Amino acid sequence: MVKVTMTVNGRTASGEVEGRTLLSGFLREELGLTGTHVGCDTSQCGACVVHVDGKAVKSCTMLAAEADGAEIATIEGQAAPDGTLNVIQQAFQDHHGLQCGFCTPGMVMSAAALLKDNPKPSEQEIREYLEGNLCRCTGYHNIVKAIMAASGQDVSAVAAE
Amino acid sequence: MYEFEFEKPSTIADAVKALGEEDAQALGGGQTLIPTLKQRLAMPSTLVSLSGIAEMRGVCPDGDAIAIGGATTHAEVEAATADSYPALSALAGQIGDPAVRNRGTIGGSLANNDPSACYPAAALASGATIVTNAREIAADDYFQGLFTTALDEGEIITNVRMPVPQAAHYEKFVQPASRFALVGVFVARFADGVRVAVTGASEEGVFRWSEAEAALAGNFDPAAIDGLSVDAEGMIGDLHGTKAYRAHLVGVITKRAVAAAA
Repeated sequence: MVKVTMTVNGRTASGEVEGRTLLSGFLREELGLTGTHVGCDTSQCGACVVHVDGKAVKSCTMLAAEADGAEIATIEGQAAPDGTLNVIQQAFQDHHGLQCGFCTPGMVMSAAALLKDNPKPSEQEIREYLEGNLCRCTGYHNIVKAIMAASGQDVSAVAAE
Repeated sequence: MYEFEFEKPSTIADAVKALGEEDAQALGGGQTLIPTLKQRLAMPSTLVSLSGIAEMRGVCPDGDAIAIGGATTHAEVEAATADSYPALSALAGQIGDPAVRNRGTIGGSLANNDPSACYPAAALASGATIVTNAREIAADDYFQGLFTTALDEGEIITNVRMPVPQAAHYEKFVQPASRFALVGVFVARFADGVRVAVTGASEEGVFRWSEAEAALAGNFDPAAIDGLSVDAEGMIGDLHGTKAYRAHLVGVITKRAVAAAA
């Protein structure tokens, strides 16, 4: 067993993990943060994306022991404590950027990572950045629109659905 | 996954010592190894993480070359080589997806030597030197076939020294589901010749296309490739493309790479 301590959404979290425990498993099963979804468990779908020291990472393809000492941000830390959605979450709601919602945590976390590095991405840059996030409902148009809107850009130019 | 112990040394010496244990295995970014472990295709006793070794991270100039620490992530290579080696930066920025690029490392990719990976093409075309904890290996001697390299058990890629060509380009024909190269060609023009490395195509893994190199040395122009072809025998044939299709793509993608580099 390995003792790990990390900061998750601003709070210190510690635990004992097996070498093989995945970060996604630690977040969901030890910390109860089930907003991080495990879709494919093969690092394709991106539903499990969280931020590790500010960078988007597929938490199903990182060992929890590797996150010892890291700052982790998950979907649970995105809204304000009173439940007010952040600008990206609100934009997903406003632009109907989700249907079943399964991929949404990963989409929001990837979008947040993109906008941190590139505050005004083009439609093409958004689509390329979401290569590792699969959505089986929306056809992506409304997700792209939501991210354009969250970055304060006009969404009318986004390719018609 | 089967059970394993986890160690995270902070020096190369400690990592080498940990890898001396029976069935210990090095862990780079884990973007290939962790899925492999999930499939129970590997059963290491101990995983030795290389991500905590500061001397193995980062990119720095080294004369006419750049030196890249073995534990440097694809995203870090992309950012750090944008000015010093743009073709390499572009290659790093096309691997997998953004989250994969934040974990996967150049040393991990080269140690794994997947026949469809991108970095082997860059290393071979650049005439890189693979620096390990024990020795230096020329790229021409390093790649030895499908998932096979010159590395010994427990040997770690600590650094990769890439000479920077006068002109270069990596052209990748992406397999859209996996985003690996269906065929990828790295073309590099140096003062003393041209090197062409092809990934994704051959059953033997990355290879140099010497006929194209000779033709391009005299005339660095896509037209120099006209009439040249690689033998379809020995190419990978699978549900994504036949052997003949891949052989054809090698010519097309090489031309595109030269056009973009010229």
